[in-house]
Amino acid sequence: MNQKPDHFPEGENFYASLRTRYRVAAIWQTLFFSALLIAIVALTALLYNVMDGAFGYVAFDYKKDPAAFTSIPMNELTKEDLLVILKENLSPGAYNKLDNERKMETRAEGELYTLFLERLVQIDTKATWSMTDSLFRSAEIRAEAAEKYPGAQLEFRSWLTPQFLTTPMSSKAEFAGVRTAVLGSLWLVGIAILFAMPVGVGAAIYLHEYAPKNWLTSIIQTNITNLAGVPSIVYGMLGLAVFVRGMEALTSGAAFGVTDSNGRTVLSAGLTMGILVLPLIIINAQEAVRAVPDSLRQAAYGVGATRLQTVWHHVLPNALPGILTGSILAVSRALGETAPLIVVGASTFISLDPASPFSKFTALPIQIYQWTTRPQSEFHAIAASAIIVLLALLLTLNAAAILLRNRFQRKW
Amino acid sequence: MLFIMKRSFDLSKKPRPGESLIEALLFAAGVLSVFVTVAIVFELGKEAMLFFADPDMTWVKFFTMTKWQPGIGQYGIWALVSATMTTSVIAILIALPLGLASAVYLSEYASHRARSILKPVLEILAGIPTVVYGYFALLFVTPILKNIFKDGIQVYNMLSAGLVMGIMILPLIASMSEDALNAVPRSLREGAYAMGATKLETSLQIVLPAALSGIGAAVIVGISRAVGETMIVAVAAGAGPNFSFNPLDAAETMTGHIARISGGDLSYNTIDYTSLFAIALMLFLVTLTLNLVSQWIVNRFRERYE
Repeated sequence: MNQKPDHFPEGENFYASLRTRYRVAAIWQTLFFSALLIAIVALTALLYNVMDGAFGYVAFDYKKDPAAFTSIPMNELTKEDLLVILKENLSPGAYNKLDNERKMETRAEGELYTLFLERLVQIDTKATWSMTDSLFRSAEIRAEAAEKYPGAQLEFRSWLTPQFLTTPMSSKAEFAGVRTAVLGSLWLVGIAILFAMPVGVGAAIYLHEYAPKNWLTSIIQTNITNLAGVPSIVYGMLGLAVFVRGMEALTSGAAFGVTDSNGRTVLSAGLTMGILVLPLIIINAQEAVRAVPDSLRQAAYGVGATRLQTVWHHVLPNALPGILTGSILAVSRALGETAPLIVVGASTFISLDPASPFSKFTALPIQIYQWTTRPQSEFHAIAASAIIVLLALLLTLNAAAILLRNRFQRKW
Repeated sequence: MLFIMKRSFDLSKKPRPGESLIEALLFAAGVLSVFVTVAIVFELGKEAMLFFADPDMTWVKFFTMTKWQPGIGQYGIWALVSATMTTSVIAILIALPLGLASAVYLSEYASHRARSILKPVLEILAGIPTVVYGYFALLFVTPILKNIFKDGIQVYNMLSAGLVMGIMILPLIASMSEDALNAVPRSLREGAYAMGATKLETSLQIVLPAALSGIGAAVIVGISRAVGETMIVAVAAGAGPNFSFNPLDAAETMTGHIARISGGDLSYNTIDYTSLFAIALMLFLVTLTLNLVSQWIVNRFRERYE
C-alpha cells in the first residue's frame, strides 16, 4: 500500500514540475502587468491624440487679396491703419454694430486684426495637418499643399491661443473661442454646487448624526447608493421634464419679469447638474463625518452641548476638509458631464456671455461635442484645444482636492 | 441655589424650536434624495404612459419590433437595444480581463512604489470626461480600425465605441475588484504559501475565488455603466437606429438616440418627445436592476472571515 497520488510528484519529477509552475507563474505575472501597460498606453494615446490635434500645419487662403485693402504688408499693420481700413471697407451698418458692441478705438490691436482677417480678407482654411505629421513630414506636406492648394499659404499654427480663451463662439473655426462656453460651465457648476452642497451636507449630517436606525433611514441610504448609479442622461430627462418644462415659469425667469426666454436656461441645467452630483456629495460628506471620532461628540455632550451645538462646533469643522474635497470632486464631475446638458437644451450656437441665471447657455463639453461631430478637420483642431482647456481645468481642481486632503487631513 | 439647580436640570427637557427646526431641515435634505428617485419614476413614467396611450403603439409592438422609424410610426425598441447590447458586450470583453488582471497585479504583485505610480494612471483614466473619450474614439481608434478593416467597416461603428468604452470602464472594474481582493485576509495567502503554492497559484486559486462576489458586483456595475454611457456612442457609434449586432456597422444605442433627438428642436406633447421618455424609463429600470443585483451579490455571497 505505497500508492501515491500521481499529482504529487517526487524526486526529479518534483523539480521538473516546480520549474514548470514557476514558468507559468512568470508568464501570468507578465500578463497581469501588461493589462496595466495597456491602460497606460491607452491613456498616453488619448493625451497624445488630443495634443496632436491642437497644433500643426494649416494651409489657408484669403478669399480677397489683402493688397486690395492696403498697400502695407499685413504683418506691419498698426492699430491706426487697421481702424482706417475697417472703417473704409466694412459697410456702415456692420461697422456701427461692432462699434455699439464695444467702441472700436478701445479694442486691442489683435482684436482689430482678427476682424480684418475675419470680415475683410476672409481667411479660408483649406486643410490642416496633425502635429506629428507637421514635425516629421514637413517636406511632404509642403509639396502636397503646393500641389493641391496653389496660392494657399502654409503656416504652423497652435489652435490653442490666448485669444481662443477670450473670444466667443464663431461659425468659423479660425475665429472661434471658448469664452462663452467656459463662462457657461462656471455658471452651471456654481448653481449646481450652491444647490447640492447645502442639501448634500445636510443629508449626510442627518443620516449620521440624527437618523434613528429604522426602515426609513435604510431606504434613504440604499436610495442614495442607487442614485449614484443612475445614467447621467436619465437625470437630463428628469431635468427636461421638471425644470425645463414643469417649472418653466420659474426657470425661464418669467415669474421675475424676464420675457425673452424659455425654460432652457442655465438655471435649469445647473439644477439638473446639482441633482446629478447630489448623491456623490452625500456619500463623500458621510465619509468625512464618519471619520470624526466619537470621543469628540461625547466630550461635547459631556460639557452640556446640545446636539446642534455639537454638530456645528465640533463635527462640521473637523469634517470640513473632507467635505470640501468631496465637493471639489463633484464639481469636476459636473464640469465634464455632457449628456444631461444636451437633453436639457444647451444652445448649439450663442456668442453672448451668460449674464443671468435665465440666460441661454453653452458649456465646454457641449462645444467639444459640437466641434468633434463636425466633418471639417479645423473644427476637430479646436475641439482638441477645448479638450486641453477642459483637462487643464479638471487637473487644477483635482490637484486642489489632493492638496486640501493632504494639508488638512487629520489622523485620529 | 437649589432653585437654579432645579431650573438647569429642567433644561434638558426644554423645547428648543431652533434645534427642532434645523433637525427638520436636515431631515428634509435626507428625504430629498428619495424624492429624486420618485420624481424620476413618476416623470418618466407619466410621459412613457402618454407614449403607450397612442393608439398605434402597444407594449407588445414596442418590445418585439426591430424597426425604429418615427417617420412611419414604427417604434421597436430592439433597433436601439441591439446597439446598446453590442457596444456593452465589447466594452465588457475589454474591461473585464484587463480590469481584473490590473486588480490582481496591483493587489497581489505590485510593490508599494509601483502601486503609487500605477494607481494614479487608472485614476486619471477614470476622471477623463466621456466626451473626450468620444473624441478619442472617433479621431484615433476609428482611423486605426479603418486601416485594418478597409471598406468592411463604416465610418461610424459600434466596434470603436465599444473598445473605447471598455477603456473607460476598465478603471471602475479594476478599482472595485482590487477592493474585493484586498478584503481577503492575509492569513489565507499565508496558508497557501505555507503549503508551497506559488504566488500565481495563491492569487488565482485562493484569493480570486474568495473575492468572487466583489468581482461579480464590479462586472455588473461595469455593465450598468456601459449601458448608460452616452457621449462615446453619440460621437462614434452612429446616428440612426439600426437593428444589427455586427460591430462593424453603424447603429444608435438607446442613450445615443435620446441625445441626438433631444439635441434637435423638440416640441412637447409629440410622440417623438414621449418616446424618448419610454426609452429613458427602460434605461433607468435596466440600470437600477443591475445596480440592485450587484448590491445583492455583495451582501449575499460575501465570504466573512471573522
